[in-house]
Amino acid sequence: MSVSDTTKIQVAERPAAPSAPEATGDPDFDLAIRVKDVKVDYRTIVNPRANTLRHTLTGFGRKTNDRKVRLIHAVRGVSFDVPHGSVLGIIGANGAGKSTIMRAMAGILPPSEGEIVVNGRISTLLALGVGFNGQLSGRDNVVLGSLAAGLTRRQVEERFEQITDWAELRDVIDLPMKAYSSGMYGRLAFGVSTHLDPDVLLVDEALSTGDAHFRKKSYDKMQELVARSRTIVIVSHGIGAIREMCDECIWMDKGQVVRRGKPDEVTAEYLEFQGVAPEKTTASDEAAEDDGADVDDMQMEDF
Amino acid sequence: MSMLDTQSPPRTVAGPLEHHVFRSRRSGVPRLRTYVPELWGRREFIMELARCTLRSQNYLNAFGQLWLVINPLLLGCVYYVLADILSNGKHAHNYFSMLLAGLFLYTFFSSILSQSAGSIIGSSRLVLNSRLPRLVLPVTQILIAFMRFLPTLIVFLVVHTLQGLQWGVVAFWAIPAFLEVAVFGAGLGFICATLQVYFRDFSNFLPYVTRIWLFLSPVMWEAQSRIYKPGLGAHLLGLNPLTPMIGSWGDVLVYNVAPNSLWLVEGAGWAVGAFVIGVFVFIRREREFSVRL
Repeated sequence: MSVSDTTKIQVAERPAAPSAPEATGDPDFDLAIRVKDVKVDYRTIVNPRANTLRHTLTGFGRKTNDRKVRLIHAVRGVSFDVPHGSVLGIIGANGAGKSTIMRAMAGILPPSEGEIVVNGRISTLLALGVGFNGQLSGRDNVVLGSLAAGLTRRQVEERFEQITDWAELRDVIDLPMKAYSSGMYGRLAFGVSTHLDPDVLLVDEALSTGDAHFRKKSYDKMQELVARSRTIVIVSHGIGAIREMCDECIWMDKGQVVRRGKPDEVTAEYLEFQGVAPEKTTASDEAAEDDGADVDDMQMEDF
Repeated sequence: MSMLDTQSPPRTVAGPLEHHVFRSRRSGVPRLRTYVPELWGRREFIMELARCTLRSQNYLNAFGQLWLVINPLLLGCVYYVLADILSNGKHAHNYFSMLLAGLFLYTFFSSILSQSAGSIIGSSRLVLNSRLPRLVLPVTQILIAFMRFLPTLIVFLVVHTLQGLQWGVVAFWAIPAFLEVAVFGAGLGFICATLQVYFRDFSNFLPYVTRIWLFLSPVMWEAQSRIYKPGLGAHLLGLNPLTPMIGSWGDVLVYNVAPNSLWLVEGAGWAVGAFVIGVFVFIRREREFSVRL
């Protein structure tokens, strides 16, 4: 993890890089996403109070185990490639490392080992929301969210109407977002992230809050992106959504890839593993069931 | 983006695509050639975030603005009474003006530190969900501190006029003195933001530091009258980086004389040094923030 070993990697890779004008059969440039043997660890300090200056100063010189960090291996050696224009689904039990690998692909969490290559503009729709601020109006949040993603003010103005129309929130766009229902919140977030013109869209459990109408609309929007050979990675517990949307599916468990293959087969195996009888579910059936299931994810925080 | 190594995109049939490589490099300075443009590209976001934050704190309506004027004035009165008692009522006629000039600038400086310290932890959601160059967050807080500093200048102008003090072209020297304080504060602010991630009670200690620093800076006393005296104490006061900056500021605005050029150079040295160190400390660590939150 030191700077020196990364420079080595860099040097080794250099020859294939920028100067080549045409894509040269180098998978690092031809594929949308390459995840190469990636491990991600979180560090948590065993004693949460050890994280303070007071504790450090008062405990100075004393031998304590307090500052010992526990490494949590959220992702333990995962590799996969995603070609342009395809939809990859990731399923797995809670704590399987799905959201972590999504954050790593978005470039938010640095991998502890391995390497991730992403070709194209990344847009994320992650479980916690886009950093939306509940005190501010929907309008401010759309503008902030788009500017944060690197759009210019002019581009934001161009897209603003599209986003509000798509989310069907034109009437309430000037209300503070804390007045929104979780479904409205999710719609706006989805609207922003898909209208940023992403080449790679990472969607983490964002489809579960919408009603059937918006679920349909979200699918159409994603199909539209795929038709323009944009790449999508979806993390979902909605098996129907995975079966309907994805070209390929990965089942993760305890930070590792258990199975990879056709969505129908992988999800069937996964359901069996989970002890749930595999049923024929479709996306529209699920809409009613888990409406509002992710209320926890919708909490807002000021920034 | 940048906290990562972003290499220049290759040309493909569909046009140039961004090419991101995320490697296992937790610390280490990211490549400035990609980091700086990334940061510059977020300038509109910084402006908008500062504006929205101020509005959500009600500072953009009439009473909020009024509070921004009343608050420093009250603070000035508090310190005036304090100084008045300590000096047995003996001070120059322009003392109130001098106190306000220094106090307002110092308040700007200390709010840069405290707001920057909270910038990363306070935006944990943004840090966990976006790939922004993290330097955006303290920079936004510095901008907010600046926007809250502006109304206090009006207060100062009014008091200055009421006390019948002189104005002149020399007043323009206040700009470099102010910039030095801002840049110096920014550098320290970046360090505070980083420290707060590692020591969550850092912001509890910070107010004591800034208050002591206030008394050590030429706010309640005048730089010339102290630091050129013999003795160790005077020597130490001269080592305070804020002494030349705030000293120049006071000379220009209260006494209408050009500042000691040596002071300006010394202040510039401190400012640039703190800024460079602050930026490097911050960006070297910023990749770890999302793991630490």
